[in-house]
Amino acid sequence: MAQTAEADFKTRLQNWIPKLVLSPSLAVILVFVYGFILFSVYLSFTDSRLLPSYGWVGWENYSKLWRLSHWEISLTNMGIFALLYITLCTAIGLGLAIFLDQKIRGEGLLRPLYLYPMALSFIVTGTAWKWFLDPGIGLENVMHTWGWESFKFDWIKNRDFAIYTVVLAAVWQTSGFVMAMFLAGLRGIDNEILKAAQMDGASNWNLYRRIIIPQLRPAFLSAFVILSHLAIKTFDLVIALTGGGPGRATELPATFMYSYTFTRNQMGIGAASATIMLMAIASIMIPYLYSELREKR
Amino acid sequence: MGFLDIDKATKSYGAIEVLHNVDISIEEGEFLVLVGPSGCGKSTLLNMIAGLEDITGGEIRIKDRVMNGVHPSNRNIAMVFQSYALYPNMTVGQNITFGLEMHGVPKPEREKAMHDVAKLLQIEQLLDRKPGALSGGQRQRVAMGRALVRDPDVFLFDEPLSNLDAKLRVDMRTEIKKLHQKLGTTIVYVTHDQIEALTLSTRIAVMNGGYVQQLGTPQEIYDNPANIFVATFMGSPAMNVVPAKVVMQDGRPAAQVALADGSPAILPFSQDNLAPYEGREILLGIRPETITDPDSADRKSSNTAELTNRIDVTEPAGSDTFVSMQLGGRDVISRMRSDVPVAAGQQFAFAVNMEKAVAFDPDTEMRIAP
Amino acid sequence: MSVATQDTAIRTGRFTRTLIYVVLILFALFYLLPLYVMLVNSVKPLDEITGGGMMSLPDAFTLEPWKQAWASAQIGVEPTGLKPYFWNSIKMVVPAVAISTVLGALNGYVLTKWRFKGDTILFGLMLFACFIPFQIVLIPMARMLGLMGLAGSTYGLSFVHIVFGIGFTTLYFRNYYAVFPTELIRAAQIDGAGFFQIFWRILLPSSGPIAVVSVIWQFTNIWNDFLFGASFADASSQPMTVALNNLVQSSTGVKEYNVHFAGAILAAMPTLFVYIVAGRYFVRGLMAGSVKG
Repeated sequence: MAQTAEADFKTRLQNWIPKLVLSPSLAVILVFVYGFILFSVYLSFTDSRLLPSYGWVGWENYSKLWRLSHWEISLTNMGIFALLYITLCTAIGLGLAIFLDQKIRGEGLLRPLYLYPMALSFIVTGTAWKWFLDPGIGLENVMHTWGWESFKFDWIKNRDFAIYTVVLAAVWQTSGFVMAMFLAGLRGIDNEILKAAQMDGASNWNLYRRIIIPQLRPAFLSAFVILSHLAIKTFDLVIALTGGGPGRATELPATFMYSYTFTRNQMGIGAASATIMLMAIASIMIPYLYSELREKR
Repeated sequence: MGFLDIDKATKSYGAIEVLHNVDISIEEGEFLVLVGPSGCGKSTLLNMIAGLEDITGGEIRIKDRVMNGVHPSNRNIAMVFQSYALYPNMTVGQNITFGLEMHGVPKPEREKAMHDVAKLLQIEQLLDRKPGALSGGQRQRVAMGRALVRDPDVFLFDEPLSNLDAKLRVDMRTEIKKLHQKLGTTIVYVTHDQIEALTLSTRIAVMNGGYVQQLGTPQEIYDNPANIFVATFMGSPAMNVVPAKVVMQDGRPAAQVALADGSPAILPFSQDNLAPYEGREILLGIRPETITDPDSADRKSSNTAELTNRIDVTEPAGSDTFVSMQLGGRDVISRMRSDVPVAAGQQFAFAVNMEKAVAFDPDTEMRIAP
Repeated sequence: MSVATQDTAIRTGRFTRTLIYVVLILFALFYLLPLYVMLVNSVKPLDEITGGGMMSLPDAFTLEPWKQAWASAQIGVEPTGLKPYFWNSIKMVVPAVAISTVLGALNGYVLTKWRFKGDTILFGLMLFACFIPFQIVLIPMARMLGLMGLAGSTYGLSFVHIVFGIGFTTLYFRNYYAVFPTELIRAAQIDGAGFFQIFWRILLPSSGPIAVVSVIWQFTNIWNDFLFGASFADASSQPMTVALNNLVQSSTGVKEYNVHFAGAILAAMPTLFVYIVAGRYFVRGLMAGSVKG
């Protein structure tokens, strides 16, 4: 029986080079991402304040965190923000995509207009909306000079409504992108199916409700995953638009973490809040990535 | 020892063995075709010869040199791929000489080799073009040129004609055969097309389920298929396989088959070795072209049987007419000259050349006669 | 009886179509509104804005706010304008984009054409790294940059962006190379080309489009980043976004809205420019980053 010959030098080299090439990226990611995640999680169980400290305190930071009204506010805001942001972006995105898919003249002009906000920094977006919504100089002031004296629009300065201005700016920035995702989905649908459905006598409304929208499932899923992960990570926009205010009215977990860690010197609590954010994103992203990468095999 | 030896080669992916103890040996200058349905392991075997997939067990030797673990570029082989795999960013000339360049052949020699090959394949005028600007047939030639220029010990072809349209495929088939005859190179050729296998090869390995079902010359494979799989895979239309019972008639074995109306017909065998099967069920294999009208029956045949049966369907196909009938409860196809007057529903006298008939064991599906 | 077959099966009446156009145009105005506000107010004197003229075209056209925003506005403690920060951003972006794209190309090549056991899991780990909330790495990263001597420098920021950009660039090249015919690689192997020769001679010449996608995506993302810039940069290395935020949020003196708007446009200009000249690739990058199938 054959002795399996040793592979020659070239073959062995070609087996090793790919792994060698991949290893710097992997090493960096393992250390600077996963190593750091472990370190941060560990810090969340310590008495770190201004600087990391290694006194083990168990779940104390977490129980403190859940008793903080500041954290509670940011979670409530997160709930309102995420729900409205995801719903509105999806609705606007889907609506615009369906409308644009009706052989619209000027589609080539409209599409980039819907999408350009995605190329901007949230800081720029925040700045533009901050002053536009400012009652002193923005929309309210303009309406007053135009003669509508009773017009009132001070949401950005109003504790009860400020969070909705964050939603507005965020939807403005991202909804065009969701539109592009749905449009790609619509364009991928086999036209013959639609023709067949029309032969069957389906009205436009039924065509969309029964045939087309159900086929956009993957686009819905992607949109949901992307939007929810963006929602949890929202930070810059709040900083630029409201700075978390008025008061704490627009604090989100990301801004909470930042201020507790870097300005209030409560690193342990900051780390605990970051860990919770990570868990939230992981619970959405990991199943998604798992299924995406699995299908490819 | 042959020129190319495949010695008990096996291939596994994890726990799944996809090739089982493949033994093939061919001499220098032979044209070996690996043929079988998709998933039979033929391409895997070719890739193992090329060194693109490693071998799990056994050995592959070229010119008595063990190739296990040898890098593809060090095996002195060349390969023509199904998609031709021409480098899209290089000109035809660069495509042809890339391998020589990688092996450090100096430029003047590369140029000379390129022009020789281009001349041989009549692609000189294409040398400065990019593959994207070529037709399917031209790409095919360039791919062969790239293989030829290396002057390898063994040429490997992986379904090279399957991307061409029907007419071009036939032309290129002839061209490959001419090239082989002219250059006398050793070729291993993978295809799922049994006609390609029969026309091109000097030796065929019919594969299925990771096993070599039969290794032989085209004639052996066609006339004496080792089992039912080979019998029905090779040849078009496929060999008819009919349940029959072995009976003795005038001291010789014969097959008793049921006609369309259920009455028996007796077809005497030419082979005496079926006598021990008397009274047993067998499967009778008859090629469509051996069932004809009595006038067209092969006069050299020493054993022509006749039966009269009802015609189900006739399918005129230009030069021939395919006539189907019920025999032993199965559809049986016969091939007539197109001028034979036949019509569906008609009772018709068929002549069966029993010299060419084969018999299979219904349990093992292996050939028992001749 | 046969009518010329329509391309799309959906037909709409005139009323519906008008409605659709109205909605589409209204949304276009909605998306354009902030850009309009920024543009017109960046070229008018401050009193026109405070006097209720935010929506009107400028009465007295002036480029003074732009000059101020660029060269003399008070940012932090120094009246430097955004200029030095613009260059900080450039210094941060260029190496980060170049290195992460090169690494992504190599990784994508390995992960599609030199596959090995467990490679998908490794890729999954790289990809997930892009999606984590970066808050979770801020604390150790700040300390590590200090230890490596990269704290408060654009090099440090570049490094951080490379780490968190590799996942995306690898994703792009992996998806792109996945449909690149493997037979070409095999042919090149038989021809005797090695790992790097195949990459350099066969794959790279065909990688133009995806390299553009990767560069644009990385450029946009890194240029627009705020969190890392705010966390790891000192006054001398802050990128444009952080400087703009400081300019807008500064609580001292009169709020010069026109300067803020000019500054915002300055910060948006590079990415907007890229979007205008290569929007097609930008959209491709966005889509590839979300719909992986």
